Amino acid sequence: MRFPADYPYYIAAWILLCGLYGIVRSKHLVHMVISLTVVQSSTYVLLLAIGFRKGGYAPVFAGLHTGARVVDPIVQALMLTDVVVETTVVALLLAMVVKAYEKGGTTSPDDLRFLRG
Amino acid sequence: MKRNHRLLLFAVGALGMAFVYCAGARNLPPWGQYRGPYGDAIAQLAVYQRHATDTVNAVTYDYRGFDTLGEEFILFSAVTGVMLLLRPEKGKSGEDEEPTNPASFRDRAALSETVQVFTTAIFGFSVLFGIYMATHGQLTPGGGFQGGVILAAAPMLLYIAENTDAFQRIVSHPLVEFFEGVGAAGYALIGVAALTMGAAFLTNVIPLGKTGDVFSSGTIAAISACVGVEVAAGFTLVIFEYLREILSHRKGGEE
Repeated sequence: MRFPADYPYYIAAWILLCGLYGIVRSKHLVHMVISLTVVQSSTYVLLLAIGFRKGGYAPVFAGLHTGARVVDPIVQALMLTDVVVETTVVALLLAMVVKAYEKGGTTSPDDLRFLRG
Repeated sequence: MKRNHRLLLFAVGALGMAFVYCAGARNLPPWGQYRGPYGDAIAQLAVYQRHATDTVNAVTYDYRGFDTLGEEFILFSAVTGVMLLLRPEKGKSGEDEEPTNPASFRDRAALSETVQVFTTAIFGFSVLFGIYMATHGQLTPGGGFQGGVILAAAPMLLYIAENTDAFQRIVSHPLVEFFEGVGAAGYALIGVAALTMGAAFLTNVIPLGKTGDVFSSGTIAAISACVGVEVAAGFTLVIFEYLREILSHRKGGEE
């Protein structure tokens, strides 16, 4: 079987759907948070795939002449900040999980009845 | 909603999304043949305009500096949120006292001396490497975000090495909170400094210097250093809050 030439785009979609499936089927809030990071990592694959250029150099011109063919630096900059910010957001979500367990005594998303307003 | 109903709903949505996505992806440029003009324009211009050889960081801290300021404040507010949520509640007995007993940081099993010696030895190297990363982002791959994370990981090595006194002194130091504020404020102040010189917010007003020098690229290097301080302090605070949370539970379990 031959892969389609654009397979990284479809891998990104597959990772996204895997993460969403994990969130939908989640039975534990920590599992749900980790599934969210899987969803987020799909954006990295998609962004880098869009900016990739076969035979292109890394867009760092230390020791590289300025006319060289490089991959797109913008998409790399877009995800650079996100990798770090995502980690702190995950820390925030996990702190919420800790508090949800302390207040509600459960880590199952289905049992979070006390969230109802 | 029943779990099966939810799964059915997801299947319908996923199929729909897959269909729309595939239709869209068919019209993307073929993989590996990036065409867009913007990336090439930045790659051509950044070295001349900003004297920064790492064009990724030229985008992050200069061309897209305003967005990165917003993202840094996402980080800042997320760390603040973690601190607010995990802060011990007043009135609960035994939880509002600081974990002052260093022995309580120790895990039960004894650690091999090899691990202790090497993790302590790597500590200095990690700090140096983190500072190097945060200050050389304008030249080579790296920058404030990466350097900050490496710096924040250094105290964790001490924790692994069971050098708990030093670890606790570092992560619970009041200056960590101070530096988190300094890092976030420094970024915004560099932007405001441009306003006082009659330029737009976050314009690169610092002299650009010679391409390839450490003190080149103007505000890119300065903002990168600020972000490094902010990320290092923010991650250290998160580590500290989680550790205190773990310890308060462990103490509660023993009593």
